[in-house]
Amino acid sequence: MNFEKVVFGFFIVLAATLNFGFFIGDIDRPELHNVYELFAAIVVNLIATALKFGDRTQIGATHLSASLVADLQLIAAAITWGVALYVTKEGMTPHVTASVVSLSGGALLANIVSVIILTTETIMLRR
Amino acid sequence: MNYAIFLLLRRVRLPVILVILSHAIAVLGLTLIPSVDVNGQPAPPMDFFHAFYFITYTATTIGYTEPASGFSDGQRLWITGCIYLLVISWSFVLVTLVALFQDKGLQNALVANRFARRLKHLNEPFYLVCGYGETGSLICDTLDHLRQRFVVLEKDELRVQELELVEYRTEPIALAVDVRLPDKLLQGGLCHPRCRGILAVTNSEAANLAIVMAARLLNPTTPVLARARSAAIVANMTSFGADHIINPFERFAEYLSLAAIAPEQFRLVELLTGIPDGPLPEPHRPPKGHWIVCGFGVFGQAIVRNLRATDVTMTIVDPNGPTPEQEIIRGHGTDAFTLDAAGVREAAGIVAGSDDDVSNLAIAVTARELNPDIFVVTRQNRAANNALFEAFEGDFCMVPSQIVAQECLAILTTPMLARFLNSVRKQDEAWCARLAASLNAVCPNRIPDIWGIHLNAQGAIAAHRHLMLNGGIKLGTLLMSNQDHNKPLPIVPLRLERSGTPILLPGPEFDLVAGDHLLVAGPHGIRNHLELTLQNNNVLGYVLSGKASGGWLWKWLSHNHKEKEE
Repeated sequence: MNFEKVVFGFFIVLAATLNFGFFIGDIDRPELHNVYELFAAIVVNLIATALKFGDRTQIGATHLSASLVADLQLIAAAITWGVALYVTKEGMTPHVTASVVSLSGGALLANIVSVIILTTETIMLRR
Repeated sequence: MNYAIFLLLRRVRLPVILVILSHAIAVLGLTLIPSVDVNGQPAPPMDFFHAFYFITYTATTIGYTEPASGFSDGQRLWITGCIYLLVISWSFVLVTLVALFQDKGLQNALVANRFARRLKHLNEPFYLVCGYGETGSLICDTLDHLRQRFVVLEKDELRVQELELVEYRTEPIALAVDVRLPDKLLQGGLCHPRCRGILAVTNSEAANLAIVMAARLLNPTTPVLARARSAAIVANMTSFGADHIINPFERFAEYLSLAAIAPEQFRLVELLTGIPDGPLPEPHRPPKGHWIVCGFGVFGQAIVRNLRATDVTMTIVDPNGPTPEQEIIRGHGTDAFTLDAAGVREAAGIVAGSDDDVSNLAIAVTARELNPDIFVVTRQNRAANNALFEAFEGDFCMVPSQIVAQECLAILTTPMLARFLNSVRKQDEAWCARLAASLNAVCPNRIPDIWGIHLNAQGAIAAHRHLMLNGGIKLGTLLMSNQDHNKPLPIVPLRLERSGTPILLPGPEFDLVAGDHLLVAGPHGIRNHLELTLQNNNVLGYVLSGKASGGWLWKWLSHNHKEKEE
């Protein structure tokens, strides 16, 4: 068992699960989507991205790009949220909530890709 | 190019994770700790947006102010801790980056990346100069003067840094590598499609041989020129098929004997092979009679071998004393006693040819004192001693780096010149004197530029087109000025080659044919002038007919103008 691999897998899976936790629930109901969960998802995703730095293999490059996509989507979701609350003072209307949650849904897809790559890599290694 | 970026990313991984974590902890804390309002009453905690905003400016400016409502004491406690955490995490990033850029491996990778990128984007033909010593720098200076690009590979990193400080017209592309290694040569552009020639001019014989080997095996089509001192290395290079091997000692000895036998011919060779646009060298007239050769090393032996073919008798002085085959006076030649024993008072000339510049000057000065009329030939080993040798004013000074540089450039820039020089060797003194005089007339007191012209669709679009359609351009007409078509350009045609047949010094009445190769000489700068005539249809039309012609609009206007006048 390799401790580095444990940390790596932990953060990738955690990023996906947190993202899923935020995403699940009716898309236009703000009370079902917790802001702390989005915050945790962003932080864990950023750490997962940093962990993927500097891998020169093809798999490493795909990992990194999937992670960057997830970061981008989650940060876009956070900015949408902030703008709706404080800049336009619109509040969390069903419309805004749907935008934020669907953005995080995109990030979830990227995170699922990451998890699939991780799993495939591990299975290939076993063989 | 990826190596450096990946190394950088890998090294900053840990500090970046720490920065993310410290920011996350600080923001999270602020969103949980109760705040106060303007009246000091408890208020709900900050939201994520304002917490992130506050932490961002706190981390970068160490907290520039509190909000108008102030913080609760709980928040203040939390922020105090956060500031230490954030400062430490950011310092860690900076320290890691500074350490990384001091890293020799990364620096080398960055320099190599930059070199590779610039070489890749170099879309002009270039020469690969291996070794930036005295010879290399002289070659680069002249190539730059001739507006040719070059790439320099040099073992010594300090020399590469010096090269980057020299003011060239184009920023030089140079890399510090060990040129003996073939993969480094490949990295330096040995097989680059635009590489036009390879020059092996390092100080080390073994390195030059290695370059010749690598060049011949890896890129057999590009010409390679090499410098060599010893006969064994020359033989080795020849067997690998070096295109041109320059042995400065042998070459100088040839020049010296040529100057003794045929001074006019030697003068002409000097004019043709000198550094273009340089000052004219002093005329050398070594006398016949008795000579003393001090130093019987590789150089001394070459001198003796070549001078023996002329009507010269010689006494040899060498610290190693006589050998079974050769009678030699033992001594350095720097003292009056040895020189007297060699017969300096009756001698016509002396060669100070040891490998030490100070001894050579001592020999020359002593000989001059004992015999003021003696012809002094000095060997200058280091260009740095130029001032000393100039102050002494010897009759003939041999600088190996200069000889190699001149010959490399003459061969590389104008391949026809080598063939012309061969035919010059067969001519008599009067012919050489006439040609030297006409070169001096077009280019007074400077070494002329010599260049080749190929009358084909690439080398001379306009002239080639005219020759194909109308034919019949006389050489003299083509070489008229494109500012005043009655005035000839100061250019001397040296040689014309038509399908392999050479014609020496073609006259102005000579009829040109498409595909002719022409070798001409003229002052520096006139080349661009002639180039315009050869490449531009309108300019060529003016030169040939004396009438300016332009585009259709201009023709139509001038046509109308004429009709009105009628």
